[in-house]
Amino acid sequence: MIEAEAPRDLDRARLVTLFRVMVAIRRFEELALEAAREGLVTGAIHPSIGQEAVAAGVCLELRREDYLLSTHRGHGHSLAKGADPFAMAAELMGRKGGTANGKGGSMHIADFSVGMLGANGVVAANIGIAAGAAHAVRLSGEDRVVCCIFGDGAVNRGPFLEGLNWAAIHRLPVLFVCEDNGFAATTRTRALTAGPGPLARARALGIDGLEVDGNDALAVSEATRALLAEIRGGNGPRFLHAKTYRLCGHTQADAGTYRSAEEVEEQRKRCPIARARALLRGAGLDERALSALEEEARAPIEAAFAAARAAPWPEPELAFTDVQDFGAEAPTRTPESAPWRR
Amino acid sequence: MAQMSYLEAGRLALAEEMRRDPRVWALGEDLGRGGVFGQYRGLQEEFGPERIVDAPISEAAIMAVAVGAAMAGTRPVVEMRFSDFALCAVDELVNQAAKARYMFGGQCRVPLVVREPIGMWRSSAAQHSQSLEAWYVHIPGLVVLAPSTPADNRALLKAAIRCDDPVVYLEHKNLWPLRGEVPDAEEVAEIGRARRLRFGEDLTIVSWSATVHAAADAAEALAEEGISVDLLDLRSLWPWDREAVLESVARTGRLLVAHEAVRVAGFGAEVAATVAEELGVPVARLGAPRVPVPYSPPLEAELHVRPEAIAAAARRLLERRATPCDPQRR
Repeated sequence: MIEAEAPRDLDRARLVTLFRVMVAIRRFEELALEAAREGLVTGAIHPSIGQEAVAAGVCLELRREDYLLSTHRGHGHSLAKGADPFAMAAELMGRKGGTANGKGGSMHIADFSVGMLGANGVVAANIGIAAGAAHAVRLSGEDRVVCCIFGDGAVNRGPFLEGLNWAAIHRLPVLFVCEDNGFAATTRTRALTAGPGPLARARALGIDGLEVDGNDALAVSEATRALLAEIRGGNGPRFLHAKTYRLCGHTQADAGTYRSAEEVEEQRKRCPIARARALLRGAGLDERALSALEEEARAPIEAAFAAARAAPWPEPELAFTDVQDFGAEAPTRTPESAPWRR
Repeated sequence: MAQMSYLEAGRLALAEEMRRDPRVWALGEDLGRGGVFGQYRGLQEEFGPERIVDAPISEAAIMAVAVGAAMAGTRPVVEMRFSDFALCAVDELVNQAAKARYMFGGQCRVPLVVREPIGMWRSSAAQHSQSLEAWYVHIPGLVVLAPSTPADNRALLKAAIRCDDPVVYLEHKNLWPLRGEVPDAEEVAEIGRARRLRFGEDLTIVSWSATVHAAADAAEALAEEGISVDLLDLRSLWPWDREAVLESVARTGRLLVAHEAVRVAGFGAEVAATVAEELGVPVARLGAPRVPVPYSPPLEAELHVRPEAIAAAARRLLERRATPCDPQRR
């Protein structure tokens, strides 16, 4: 149990909101892992357990009309941006009613109705796309900001340089967020990365920003708010480097043998949800109130998974839709002959 | 009818579409000064640097920015300078542009056009001469167009810009100065329709891009020998006009496909295989040998599919019996 004394100027209302969203994200990924163990999630998922403060702290500062681009480890980002948990859970299970009716899975969740323009299965690929979405915002004269979240592994790919450079030379309204969990897949990023780090690389391109404890939801929220104000003021892109830690495996299949159990236990003491809970306790919320908050946050997620488990498979014909307008191929098999159909 | 070059026709098409639709814009290296071949000359003066955007030499960023900007409601026209350089942006085109609509369940479209100058031209050697249309045709989600005349460069580029699918638009560098009639009225091509250059009954020749002109010369020579060629310019490689090709070959009984790209696994293989599957008639393909494009003119000339080679292949094809199970087939 983490003890914490609440600072005098604690924004309790904001912390309550952050806490609820983090608890919802945690529950979503616990239930996703459970469904994966039962064989209901057929593909790889990349949980973000331990990293929830980045998703909540960044995305709750965005407006609905702002755009968000995310990564393969993006469940938390999508939920915090307002994506429907049932549609996300159904997508993980490949069901009809999923965000893409089961055509994308965990790594391709998108909800354009809330400005969530897609997770991405290719590391760093979302950086240039975010710059492009911001370029469209500029050309259309719209009042939106684009938020692009990527991991620490992304800073070693070319699109990091090319995309940041583009956003900088055009002074585009983009918030770049490096969600640094310390591992590029399953290798420590610091062993693979030259120089003083992501923010220094951004600053070398003229993009200023902040470094923040990514396990402190309020700190992430405040840093994001400050950077967004600068971006909305027409000052061009900004960069947030949020340092956190992945408490779970890289995927559901990763036992994490590349790090010691002691290291993970030590990091568990920095769990962002436990820290927020302790702060709220110190700010006067009693155990009953906190439990009630947690129940309220978990209930819609649990209902979403229950509904997703009961959702039907997509019709086989859907494999052939939304390919392209010109030259799309017609279904070649009848539904009865589709061998995977259960 | 106005006379203009292939290059001017492409520029006219882009200008017309930019006047018609404020969502259309172009991005690429050196566009402000007219593009490396002059195919954008004067456009920044008319439309300003906000819509004719000079890009850093960052092909991956150029393509990714176009993907994001297309998903967010604009209609970008991407200039890749040489098709070979588009290989620096394969993830952005193949994994992102071509897949976004599908993997997000139809929540978005990616209406971008990628202009890629292709082909052998003035000793450009191995990294500035390729014709890689077969790669793109292989990718679900992409439309692939390859005009061979000024009129088609205008009508097809306009169709590409109006298309909601991502379009790979292959302009042949050797065709830039080619002059021809372009209708005064704005024509928008129908994507997926072949163009018949001549009607014939002895064999069908299918081609596209610059090789169409070599095939036309070959057909002319063959006509003097009394061989009548049905010559089709596919223009659109995906979708391609199966109906027109199958209708033609059903009449002539023989198919020859000629293209500049490497013959092995070239798009000619797809056309020939489809015709063989559907009609069981003799087919043949002509394309470049599987070597990188060399620099020196006599070496580069070894790779060209020339009219004489097309005519010779046509004569060989006519000597073959038109039965699908002929044991003498090579």
